[in-house]
Formats: sequence, C-alpha cells, structure tokens
Amino acid sequence: MRKPEFLYVIYIETTPDTLWRALTDPAFTRRYWMNCELISDWKVGSPMTMTRDGEVKNECVIRESDPPRRLAYDWVSVHDPEMKREKPSRVTYTLEPQGKLVRLTVTHENFTDGSKTLPSVSFGWPMVLSSLKSVLETGKPLDLTPPLIAETEAEHGRA
Amino acid sequence: MDEVFKALADASRRALLDRLHARNGQTLGELCEGLDMSRQAVTKHLAILEAANLVATIRHGREKLHYLNPAPIHQIGERWIRKFERGRLDALGDLKRRLEKRDA
Repeated sequence: MRKPEFLYVIYIETTPDTLWRALTDPAFTRRYWMNCELISDWKVGSPMTMTRDGEVKNECVIRESDPPRRLAYDWVSVHDPEMKREKPSRVTYTLEPQGKLVRLTVTHENFTDGSKTLPSVSFGWPMVLSSLKSVLETGKPLDLTPPLIAETEAEHGRA
Repeated sequence: MDEVFKALADASRRALLDRLHARNGQTLGELCEGLDMSRQAVTKHLAILEAANLVATIRHGREKLHYLNPAPIHQIGERWIRKFERGRLDALGDLKRRLEKRDA
C-alpha cells in the first residue's frame, strides 16, 4: 500500500450538512472551484464530471458516498492529453464536526509515477480549499480572478 | 492565526517543514534522521506544528505519517501577499536571484 501523496486538513466554521452541499452542488462549487461545476447524482459507481464553461476538465467516478461524513472519487484530468492517459487517482473527503467547526480532511493519492496530474492538483488544492472556507465563512470566495486562473494554468496545469 | 506565526517563529520547526516540503508523508523516525535534535524535541516541535495546523498526520497501516499542510500558509498569502501586487514582488524576487547568481 503506497502512502498518500497529499493530505490537506482545513477547519471551517460550518456544519457537515452545509459542507457536504458545498462539495456536491454544482451551483455552489462554481463559486469557489474556479468556476467549475461538479455534476453527479453522487451515488457509488456513478460518473461525476467537472466542467468549466461547458468544457469537461476532469472525469470522475464516485467510489464512496456517505453524506455528510465521507466522499471519495476516482479522478482523471481529461483536459490534457498526457494526464488523460494516466490511471485514475483517488480523492477522499472526510468531514468531522468539532464544536462549531468541521475538520475537513482531503487526501489525493494513487498517482502514476512521474504523474503530470500530481503537480497540477497540488498547486490547485490550497486555492480551492481556501476559497471554499472563505465562501462558507464569509459568503465571499477568494478573488481568484480570471487572469490568475489563466496564469496558474499556464504555469502548473489545472486542478 | 497567532498559533501559525508562533509555530513558524522557530528555526527548528521551519527546518522540519522544509524536510516535509522536500518529501511529504514521513514518519517520526524518518524526520529525525540526520537531524541534530533529540526524538523528544522533534516530537514536541511536531505537536506545536500540528496544533497550528501546519502539519497534518494520518495513520497508514502501523505508521503515523506527517504531511506539510499548506492551507494556513496559503491563507497567509491570500491575506497579506495577493493584494499587494504579487506580480511586482515576483519580478523583484527574480531580479534578486539573477543578481545573486551573477555575483556567485
């Protein structure tokens, strides 16, 4: 068993139910995930697509779905031909209430050796998760303006 | 946020973060290798880093793995760096690197 390549922990002042909705409602994900809509019925085995401006960026398959506690999906970045050929990586969210906060743990693992997806997502995750926290706590996302997103994509690929 | 700055205000703890930045997901034993610090001292520093959420841990089989958790550092960047002309800071950083390289 390989160790996970990435682990992120963020504390958010919200409830598990609200956080679950933020992770699974496309109108909500658009607000913090660089305009991406995550579309699925969120049942185990179902597909999930991440689209921006109608273009599919990542194709996923739901592997675990236990609202509002645990969500996992396999992830393939299809917006880049090299990344598209890599085997799926696995994203897992764990939501644990702690008083007025929810401790959100995100792991991203099972990358191919020399994966091009890995540096791309490792740059994107902190932005996405910080913006998620900001939306839930203040009602406003971080100012990840289109020029910044374009710059990020040019430098690092995209999460 | 106070906890984050207190945790960062120590060279040993920054060195531990550098080691995790170089290689993420290490055990206590791996982190202690080649360091001039007792295992107890490393344990104590890691606890402070974990309390500040700069280090996150998971159980992996029988091992406890330590990860650099970038979320708080990203929040510092968002709050104090992004709004102050990141492009110009990048340009100045680049100039500094080039000048130092030339002098070397």
